[in-house]
Amino acid sequence: MRLHALRGSSLAVLACVLAGSLALSACATTGGEDKPAADGSSDVEARQPLARGLDYAANPDPFPSTYRGLPRENMAIVGGTVFDGAGRKIENGVVIVTDGKVAAVGDASTPVPGGHRVVDARGRFVTPGIIDVHSHLGVYPSPGVSGMSDGNEATNPNTAQVWAEHSLWPQDPGFNAARAGGVTTLQILPGSANLFGGRGVTVRNVPSVTMQGMKMPGAPYGLKMACGENPSRVYGGRNTSPATGMGNVAGYRAAFIAAREYKAKWDKWRDDGEGSPPTRNLQLETLAGVLDGSVLIQNHCYRADEMAVMIDIAKEFGYRITAFHHAIEAYKVAPLLAREGICADMWAGWWGFKMEALDAVEANAALVDAPQGSCAVIHSDDAELTQRLNQETAAALAAGRRMGMNISEERAISWITLNPARSLGIADQTGSLEAGKRADVVIWSANPFSVYARADQVFIDGGLSFDRMNPAYQPLSDYELGQPGFGLSAANVPQGAR
Amino acid sequence: MRLRNLILGAVCAAALTSPAFAQSLTAITGGRVLTGTSVIENGTVVIQNGRVVSVGTGAAPSGARVIDARGKVVAPGFVAVDSGLGASEISSVGGSDDQSNGANSISASFDVSYGLDPWSFTLPVARLGGITRAIVVPSHPGGGGGNHRDDGDADFAGVGSAGLQAPSLFAGQAAIIHLAQGTDILVKPRVAMVAPFGEAGAGVAGGARGAEFTQFKETLAEVRLYARNKAAYDRAGLRDLSLSRADLEALIPVANGSLPLIVTVHRAADIQQVLRLAREEGVKVILDGAEEGWLVADQIVAAGVPVLLNPISNLPGDLETRAVRMQNAAVLDAAGVVIAIKGNEGSIHRARETRYNAGNAVSHGLPYGAAIEAITVNPAKIFGMAGQFGELRAGAAADVVVWSGDPLEPLSIAETIFIGGAEQAPTSRQFLLRDRYRDGGEGAMPPAYSR
Repeated sequence: MRLHALRGSSLAVLACVLAGSLALSACATTGGEDKPAADGSSDVEARQPLARGLDYAANPDPFPSTYRGLPRENMAIVGGTVFDGAGRKIENGVVIVTDGKVAAVGDASTPVPGGHRVVDARGRFVTPGIIDVHSHLGVYPSPGVSGMSDGNEATNPNTAQVWAEHSLWPQDPGFNAARAGGVTTLQILPGSANLFGGRGVTVRNVPSVTMQGMKMPGAPYGLKMACGENPSRVYGGRNTSPATGMGNVAGYRAAFIAAREYKAKWDKWRDDGEGSPPTRNLQLETLAGVLDGSVLIQNHCYRADEMAVMIDIAKEFGYRITAFHHAIEAYKVAPLLAREGICADMWAGWWGFKMEALDAVEANAALVDAPQGSCAVIHSDDAELTQRLNQETAAALAAGRRMGMNISEERAISWITLNPARSLGIADQTGSLEAGKRADVVIWSANPFSVYARADQVFIDGGLSFDRMNPAYQPLSDYELGQPGFGLSAANVPQGAR
Repeated sequence: MRLRNLILGAVCAAALTSPAFAQSLTAITGGRVLTGTSVIENGTVVIQNGRVVSVGTGAAPSGARVIDARGKVVAPGFVAVDSGLGASEISSVGGSDDQSNGANSISASFDVSYGLDPWSFTLPVARLGGITRAIVVPSHPGGGGGNHRDDGDADFAGVGSAGLQAPSLFAGQAAIIHLAQGTDILVKPRVAMVAPFGEAGAGVAGGARGAEFTQFKETLAEVRLYARNKAAYDRAGLRDLSLSRADLEALIPVANGSLPLIVTVHRAADIQQVLRLAREEGVKVILDGAEEGWLVADQIVAAGVPVLLNPISNLPGDLETRAVRMQNAAVLDAAGVVIAIKGNEGSIHRARETRYNAGNAVSHGLPYGAAIEAITVNPAKIFGMAGQFGELRAGAAADVVVWSGDPLEPLSIAETIFIGGAEQAPTSRQFLLRDRYRDGGEGAMPPAYSR
């Protein structure tokens, strides 16, 4: 959390702080890109602005979030067992939600403000909304048919210029299914065919006609990178580079050399205003964002030895790796990851589907979690698994306990709440039930570490987004309307749509 | 020292699986016993000579080794259906995959039992998930359940889930295995034929469903012609047939209804057509997949056809699964259909998730007892092994697992595992790796020096 404490401010502000090494006109005029420089106090600032779209800094957020949040009411969730996501377990707890934020969390003595609706959670469990750091919902949607497969721009090993949000189909029924499993925030990533797959986007899991309506305000972008078998198989199979692990590394380094030069040119031009401005390049712009810290590295990387190489590349070029995804062998370098402050985003049960997934162990998360300063995350990469991240975490917890590790449930729940928030740079906004954070809350029918637990109600920013008992809060995407089985109840049990 | 430990360990492992050990009289007492069809509180399960001797509430027989299962749950070993255990080691490494076959002269006659590897490292992992038997099937398009994408891996591989392995309508023949340590895991070969229908099957036939049904009928006609005229066939006195002799031979028991045909099919409309085809041709079918089965549950039960299903399939991943629901298992069971619950991703590496899938079916309306049946007695029944395994009752194979709690819960652990009466070492390659890095792997000696 400490490591990401600075990452929560809005992207626009962040971009200004980080991209502008000196006081720059662009930051003062974000959103008014055609206006002249701010005060004309120097030659540099007095120069003509670039034509619209040619200066990143003039409009660093060109696809801004229009997320508004669902209608909400102030409430007090009382009587449940609360896992706050930050390590606390409170029996008979009280969670106060005011204006879409967590106002207070405490035991039964916590006062309920007047006017707050009381939600009875006796016999039930209350957790933060689940965060899935690795999803392809919307970019590899259901149906996964020809014409809908938009997750891998597998045309060049470096496609840092593409953004997953431009492939995201908000009508993917998988979003609704994930919400019924308690998922309130997801990072939608491009696939792993390329060394640089493109930017991911963090979304609030609310139904929306547009991508922008889901996009999480202020969440930093991630850049999907991929180690290992996938890029070398895809491009080696075409007899182009990279065909090997060493080809992969040469590709990363060449890209960051170019990005350093690109950034230096822009920095110099902003600094002295001499000569022609550099030509804007979307690919290098994203990589330069990595170098200035505004874009977080989300690195698909299975093997421990490859993680160590990636860490050295980051040091060579002066950037940070935020998370290794799939991280099958993270347990082999758990102390290293903790020292470097890198999250390991993992499965519990997936293994053996390829060589780099051979050494998977179910106790991976438990072993990664053990060192001081660690950041263990359970993720899905799968439209089915994302609906049951609580069960995957239970399996990971059981594996740790089986080897004698003493891990509490209130600790393990952080693997799908606070730690994924850290892994996305949004831990100051969500991921735990702590005063001031977004009121992303799940009320479970039973202990979420039980296979029988169902998400009864799911609140996003304090708004009821799903209610297992009330069909009015079980949204259906446009795609689901009128399809076979539509309108028929499959069995006489309280349920979500699917 | 290390060598001596190794030898001791080997001796120990051998003892655990030796026939002598399997023959010893053992009583598991005090647990909550799930027999497969009922529950006995504070029950006693007695095993000897590889079989269950008795299941009840009596005291342990004198002289028996007693395993105290108080506070624990005792259950039959689970049976993985639609599985690749022992037939595929690492999915992406073709040479280690003996589950699929591309030769066009060996399709129906393809027999997975020859490729089974008792030393497969997938077996101990599945075993720790409570799996003690498996129905190993040839891989086939449209099958598997529980998709795995690895960030869209399948997408750039050039084939989707309906990628075709063989030009024939038939993928080959399934086998039953047990998962005990030892040198032979085969229980029974050639227990069922496998054929994909729906989009995948249509793709084999040329693209349209109508073509596949026509080709299927024509193939059975050829099989029957061959069966009636083998002598003429052998002296080349029969018209040309579209299958090899081996395939024709393998299909005779399918054509005469004695060997079940596992039909992978998803769409309700296709299920109806398959049921009609089975009726018209006298073929005995087992439906596999059947995601939209709940829409035609009455027709499935009327046909007396069992279903292998994955209850967590709830997303309309293609246009033949648009009506998928988590409640499919509950609806089919309530209608009276015999169901078996599958594991994930072809039940090889993730066969151990079979029990979680059963648990999720329960949380979506399937009675608990029915969920247990769907991973124990029902698979045995569907594949003609009723009473022989998958059940704790006198005479059945002693596949017994002692669980720390409810076996459908991820937090529960399989503590003691017997297969055919032989106690299995509670370890796997994954456990060895895990233990090697227990303390972070940064000691003075590299992890490679630890065993």
